[in-house]
Amino acid sequence: MHGAADFPLLSMLVMVPAIGSLLVALSPRRRPEYAKLIATVTSVGVGAMSVWMLRAFDSHSGDFQFVSRHPWIESWGISWHLGVDGISLFLVVLTGVLFPLAIVGIDPHNDDPRRDKPYFAWLLLLEAGVMGSFVSLDLFLFFVFFEIVLVPMYFLIGGWGYEGRVGAATKFFLYTMLGSAFMLVSILATVFIASANGLGRITFDLIELAEGASFAASTGRWLFFGFAIAFAVKVPVFPLHTWLPDAHTQAPTAGSVVLAGVMLKLGTYGFLRFGLYLFPEAARWSRPLWLTLAVIGIIYGAIAATMQGDLKRLVAYSSVAHLGFIVLGTFAFTSQAITGSVMQMVNHGVSTGALFLMVGMIYERRHTRQIADLRGLQHVAPVFAAAFTVVMLSSIGVPGLNGFVGEYLILIGSFLTARWWVVVAATGVILAALYLLWAYQRVFHGEPDEENRSFPELRWREGMVLLPFIGIIVFTGIYPKPMLERIEPAVHDLIEHVSERTGYVEPQPTAVSVDDGHGEGE
Amino acid sequence: MLDVIWLVPALPLVGFLTILLLGRRLGEPGAGYIAAAAVLGSFLVTVGAFFDLLSMDEHHREHVSVLFSWVPVSSLQIDMALLADPLSITMALFVTGIGFLIHLFAIGYMHGDPKFPKFFLYLNLFVLSMLMLVLGENLLVTFLGWEGVGACSYFLISFWHTRESAATAGKKAFVTNRIGDWGVMLAMFLGFQAVGSVSYSALNGAAESGALASSTATGIALLLFVGAAGKSAQLPLYLWLPDAMEGPTPVSALIHAATMVTAGVFLMTRMNPVIAASADYAPQIIAWVGALTALFAATIAVAQHDIKKVLAYSTVSQLGYMFLAVGTGAYVAAVFHMVTHAFFKALMFLGSGSVIHGMHHEQDMRRMGALRTVMPITAGTFIVGWLAIAGVPPFAGFWSKDEILLFTLASSPVLYVIGLVTAVLTAFYMTRQVVMVFFGEARWESHADDHGAHGEFRPHESPPIMLVPLVVLAGLSMVGGVIQLPSFGIIPDGWRHRLEDWLHPVVEPGEAVIKGTGAYDAKSWLALLAIACAALGIAAAIAVYAKGRAKPFEPELLARGWRYDEAISAFMGGPGRRAFDAVARFDSQVVDGAVTGTATGVRSVAERLRRGQTGFVRNYSAVVVAGVLGVLIWFVIIRGVL
Repeated sequence: MHGAADFPLLSMLVMVPAIGSLLVALSPRRRPEYAKLIATVTSVGVGAMSVWMLRAFDSHSGDFQFVSRHPWIESWGISWHLGVDGISLFLVVLTGVLFPLAIVGIDPHNDDPRRDKPYFAWLLLLEAGVMGSFVSLDLFLFFVFFEIVLVPMYFLIGGWGYEGRVGAATKFFLYTMLGSAFMLVSILATVFIASANGLGRITFDLIELAEGASFAASTGRWLFFGFAIAFAVKVPVFPLHTWLPDAHTQAPTAGSVVLAGVMLKLGTYGFLRFGLYLFPEAARWSRPLWLTLAVIGIIYGAIAATMQGDLKRLVAYSSVAHLGFIVLGTFAFTSQAITGSVMQMVNHGVSTGALFLMVGMIYERRHTRQIADLRGLQHVAPVFAAAFTVVMLSSIGVPGLNGFVGEYLILIGSFLTARWWVVVAATGVILAALYLLWAYQRVFHGEPDEENRSFPELRWREGMVLLPFIGIIVFTGIYPKPMLERIEPAVHDLIEHVSERTGYVEPQPTAVSVDDGHGEGE
Repeated sequence: MLDVIWLVPALPLVGFLTILLLGRRLGEPGAGYIAAAAVLGSFLVTVGAFFDLLSMDEHHREHVSVLFSWVPVSSLQIDMALLADPLSITMALFVTGIGFLIHLFAIGYMHGDPKFPKFFLYLNLFVLSMLMLVLGENLLVTFLGWEGVGACSYFLISFWHTRESAATAGKKAFVTNRIGDWGVMLAMFLGFQAVGSVSYSALNGAAESGALASSTATGIALLLFVGAAGKSAQLPLYLWLPDAMEGPTPVSALIHAATMVTAGVFLMTRMNPVIAASADYAPQIIAWVGALTALFAATIAVAQHDIKKVLAYSTVSQLGYMFLAVGTGAYVAAVFHMVTHAFFKALMFLGSGSVIHGMHHEQDMRRMGALRTVMPITAGTFIVGWLAIAGVPPFAGFWSKDEILLFTLASSPVLYVIGLVTAVLTAFYMTRQVVMVFFGEARWESHADDHGAHGEFRPHESPPIMLVPLVVLAGLSMVGGVIQLPSFGIIPDGWRHRLEDWLHPVVEPGEAVIKGTGAYDAKSWLALLAIACAALGIAAAIAVYAKGRAKPFEPELLARGWRYDEAISAFMGGPGRRAFDAVARFDSQVVDGAVTGTATGVRSVAERLRRGQTGFVRNYSAVVVAGVLGVLIWFVIIRGVL
């Protein structure tokens, strides 16, 4: 459909990291440096392609672009169907940019250099899985990628994590697998029921199903909940979140960055792409439930974050709160709120990714993540502290930085349809300031004690890794328009689709015509 | 200059970026000069814009400059746009003007500080944010500045962050302000829902034309007031401001006296048509909160010993006056008092900074005294500030406070009495401060030993770069009243109500009508009464603190600020913290416990099932036989197949 469609860009985005992973796995055992080289080249290449896609993306269209569609298992109606629209565009780009930074910028600290090989192989496979999930327009394909993601993550946490890694990895794997089981059942049921009701043939194609199938209300709700459980675990939505603090805390830094940066978004993205799009009626119907859980998540996550003694756990709980905002916006069904949600997925990836990076740097230097062990770091490492401050303020949602724009859009859009939820949710911005500033005070302020006096300042390489994060944080905070105008058409189409199916009318506050306000006729 | 109004915030931005990139190389005093020059440039552009506006017809004194589209999503279209009109230019003038003087002062005050460039980095960022706040064309741009000044305030309060108290104070300021921000955000949402925009012209226009429902207007007004109460340190959110004195003194002067804390008053004035369109109780609440804050803070100031704490509570109290004015529809008087207060309070804060500087970082007034002999210029200028805030004519504070009291009486006699009592207290505690610091016996000599490191301890006058701002501000505090003189017999016509005429297009919808009220007719007598109150306060303080006619009345309860702060801290540290802890425990034990419990349950069931897998054929065959028997029994006996 797009002019550049001759080049299978999306297929490349998925296949290149997969092939890279295979090459790393096949690289000679005795030359471990090849592993990192291959991983670097591959991920930088993918990143470059994703940025190129951003440039080529037509910002006026809400349709899927760069579509590539090839029959795969024709008898079952399964096809290799990929496409990207405003909702997935920035998640793909974020994935493309985050992986090279994680691969180049974070040292896995393998005592045995030969362990580099599996590490990079798993990371690249992870990238392929995440990319595939974001661009799949076929339920079967999506499920495959959604599941592939678990495997490398399991091994990364279990193999390169911290003291409690095995338990955390198992918990992560089983918890998300359980959710996926519901989704698998739902996918199969959706396909068969759809073929019996209106479609007349078996197909796993998302667009055909969403546009062609119609479900009885109760059926649609059951099917929706199958998907929703998988996504709710992934997000995670309260009270299904307890795998997250463990997984985050125990994962190696690159794992945490990827987990927070893009993997959690599989859940929120799934809600939009497969929840609202496939089952508009059920999504509308169950809206109070999701809004309530989202608001609970915002407050509860923030309160739990306040009381954490481990920096990584603190950031993990803050993710629960932030993703609560995204779920709130998703189920508000207004252009502002959903656009804000999509933007916030990216913002959270950037700022929380950067936070995990910096906590990783602290751990590397001090071999502790306990707030109580740290003190006065701003005195000895002012540049490090300044970088942390910018990222922290972005996470708190201070205007002028990226986090604010997304949060603001979510809240102002949700206010139109879910006023009282927003009144409560907005208190989350107070709590966000509380837990982050309190932690900052304990870690960075005060007089450094003996152990912290020799805390090394930010190094050049670390600075170079953080610079893109801070650049994005400032740029999108001040000039979010390029991002918003690419997201909005797709969001508009999605709401349109919901309206057609459910008769829902999006509230549109229109400017009251004012004869120029100030005293004309006096 | 209106076409280049963007230069006003852009120059401090350039200063900020320059110091950010070259700060270490610029060092001291280079960074300070760059920062001060940037603010001076802004001031000059603002002056140019002022004259441009002045030359325009009164009803068209408004210039909107759209920089770019900031947050455009569907029906929500928010521009990064600046609005130059009489109100914003008035604010910008004193922000940049006083800001420049304080920058100069700070070059001297921060001399020798290892983080000298960083201080000016924050200072320029602050001025930038403050200018966005006042020049914003819509609530969101103002909110950008609003949060920006909050962040800078946080940086600057905890500037000496190795001190635990400074770090805590900064955090407290930020978090308390965030409570207010919650209100501002919701006000914006409500406004957007009602009129589809957050721009001032749309909201105020809808309020004026009656398109905004009274209930909505009330909601917006009160929610904005929550924000204003946070930013401008009103009850019950004032408690961050006294702690904010942990910051370097130029910061206290600039942020916590002259500019940032008046942002709430500015916002209320900016939105005056909406307040006018709201239910009557909304302005009444504002007036009462203002009056009570004014009185409450004044009582605390009476018993403080820290030179800056007195000024801090005094600021809270004076801001209370401004909200009293806003609540009674005296917007011009509120802005007038904001300007004069900026003059004399910045002056006194800088004066206290000069004292602290000269006293080698001593802040306790009980260890001062007789400083006028060693610091004559500081003392002289401080005394001008004292006369201004005490309400002695013809100093600036007299005129503005008198105008507020006049409007208050027209609105409510009870509030007027509170205002008068506060005026007496203000004169009293300020006189007390002046006496304790500059007169009486020199108590610092007996404490010289505490400063052992210096050997011979002797306070000294500050260098010229610190004294020039003091002298300029003292001049402004003396004659500042001319911008809004009342219509008394001897005052020539052309000099009367200049600020009122200037602000008229902005405040016209909300401004109360004072002419024709009983208060207005009695205004000469009221002015005499106000002077008498000031005299009473001054005389009482002199009698107690200079002449020793009576023992000072400084009860512990007042010294500790009615224990309000302690109560809040005790609550946060006690039940608040326990509740938070309970949530965290609930999460690990109940929510996660359920998950772990399920896992353990599954495992133990599996464990028991596993025991069946013994590997012995006889066990298996026994189970098979039992199974066959069971099936047979089922079919034969229960279902009766045979």
